[in-house]
Amino acid sequence: MTETATTAPGERRLERAAAKRRRTRRNAAIAALSSVVVIGGLAALVLTSPGWPTVRETFFSWAEFKNAFPEVLSGFWLDIKVFMVVEVAVLVIALAIALIRNNRSPGLFPVRLLATVWVDVFRGVPTVLLVYLVGFGIPALELEGLPTDPVVLGGIALTLSYSGYVSEVYRAGINSVHKGQTDAALSVGLTKAQAMRHVILPQGIRRVGPPLLNDFVALQKDVALISIIGPQEAFRVAQIYQGENFNYTPIIAAALLYLLITVPLARLVDRMGGAEGVR
Amino acid sequence: MRRTSLAILSLCALALVLVVAGCGGTKSSSSSGGSTEAGGETASAADCTPAQMETHTAGTLTVATDKPAYPPYFEDDEPANGEGFESAVAYAIGKQLGYPKAKIEWTVEPFDSSYAPGPKDFDFDVNEISITPTREKAVDFSAPYYAATQAVVALEDSEAAKAKSLADLKDTKIGVQINTTSLSTVDEEIDPSSKPEVFNSSGDVVTALKNGQVEAVVVDLPTALYLTAAQVENATIVGQFGKAEGEEWGALLAKESPLTACVSGAIEALEESGELEKITQRWMSQAADAPQLH
Repeated sequence: MTETATTAPGERRLERAAAKRRRTRRNAAIAALSSVVVIGGLAALVLTSPGWPTVRETFFSWAEFKNAFPEVLSGFWLDIKVFMVVEVAVLVIALAIALIRNNRSPGLFPVRLLATVWVDVFRGVPTVLLVYLVGFGIPALELEGLPTDPVVLGGIALTLSYSGYVSEVYRAGINSVHKGQTDAALSVGLTKAQAMRHVILPQGIRRVGPPLLNDFVALQKDVALISIIGPQEAFRVAQIYQGENFNYTPIIAAALLYLLITVPLARLVDRMGGAEGVR
Repeated sequence: MRRTSLAILSLCALALVLVVAGCGGTKSSSSSGGSTEAGGETASAADCTPAQMETHTAGTLTVATDKPAYPPYFEDDEPANGEGFESAVAYAIGKQLGYPKAKIEWTVEPFDSSYAPGPKDFDFDVNEISITPTREKAVDFSAPYYAATQAVVALEDSEAAKAKSLADLKDTKIGVQINTTSLSTVDEEIDPSSKPEVFNSSGDVVTALKNGQVEAVVVDLPTALYLTAAQVENATIVGQFGKAEGEEWGALLAKESPLTACVSGAIEALEESGELEKITQRWMSQAADAPQLH
């Protein structure tokens, strides 16, 4: 496609281009038709089901949507704030854990062991249980100075859980850098720490950009889990409206707000992944 | 290039389909809206016999509640033992309609799914559910069988325990259970400076109070009595709210259930005969003693 024609296009070539255009048009028509059939069929199936009027009223009520949306939105703001803070904490703590786990010096064995246990335990326990345990367990200790604010506790639980995941992503990135890079760095006189900081990490982290973003998307959604220990974030507010009016529409409102953040993030991940492939 | 134009074309097609489908949806729902009107029911006791009632399982009355079932509404998490206020009410309703104890089946129905659209697995649900007009758009309610008020509970040595008025509770960190009317009571009557914490279960509410995560909790008065008597030793009832409107509990039935009139009729009969009063006295007796907060 990129080569330039040196002579006037021959008849066969014109013929081929015309055929290609025809094929493109045909493909477009087929794609459009099949979309109409498949999506239209699904829509028709749902819309003609006997329960649809009730479902429409209880899940997609515009009046309920308008009624609940402002409160759900203000709850969502809390989600965003928690997400921002937790995300930064996760990035820092997870990097520390990854570096500790990759360090081979014998003196650091106990720390390495702790880091491994941290990842195994906090990544292995369902996040919802972790939120519950931290949320109700830490205040039960009744120790002075420990937080009792449920938002803080929920944030701590999420940080524990996600630092487990993210540290493994970092580690994968670090380990993917060829050993020769370290050798080269050491041979030019860098210390091991300098080699990690200036040679390995910049390459390793760059490679795991998309999976890191992927975990961001997951974290952004999981912030809703802190609702079980009390804070009125988007999902909790939606549930409150739901229970009050016996109508599920506020849940849809909350879901839309999450999509508003996660879909652009997902596209960003796609784009980063694509760029990586090209390079 | 080609892929983009393909995508755009399909999107256009999709939009078209959705627009068409959306119109169809509106039509069908408005036509069903008309039939909803035919719901003006009054009890005619003659039709309310096990032989005539179209129950979930023929010849049996299936009653639902959530699990765990808490005292004083149920005892030992076992609705079928007839102990506890709502268990007793359910059996009394059954008896009134001609179902002996053996013909009454219990089933577990989480609160959140009790009002979901679609067929129900029960004939009626007793789960301390307050009757409100908005809720009545989604389900049927029987005539009320209890009028509840809300109460504030705090630990004895706390600041909140000293409150003498609703204004004293303004800066208190309050916990409530989700899906109860406690939250709206708190928001309307106290309007606290920090948003109340909203927990999943009454168990979590109790834990939060014990842990000091919240300074006070607001629950139904009978729950408050049970909580202070049996669950948290050093907790005390600070007071109860003045009777808020719409704080009546009814049995929940499927929208337009043919049984609503029968259950309502049974409850009204129990009220007239004084039976309901007796049951209430037995299980919820101390409810009137708490001081009122203004």
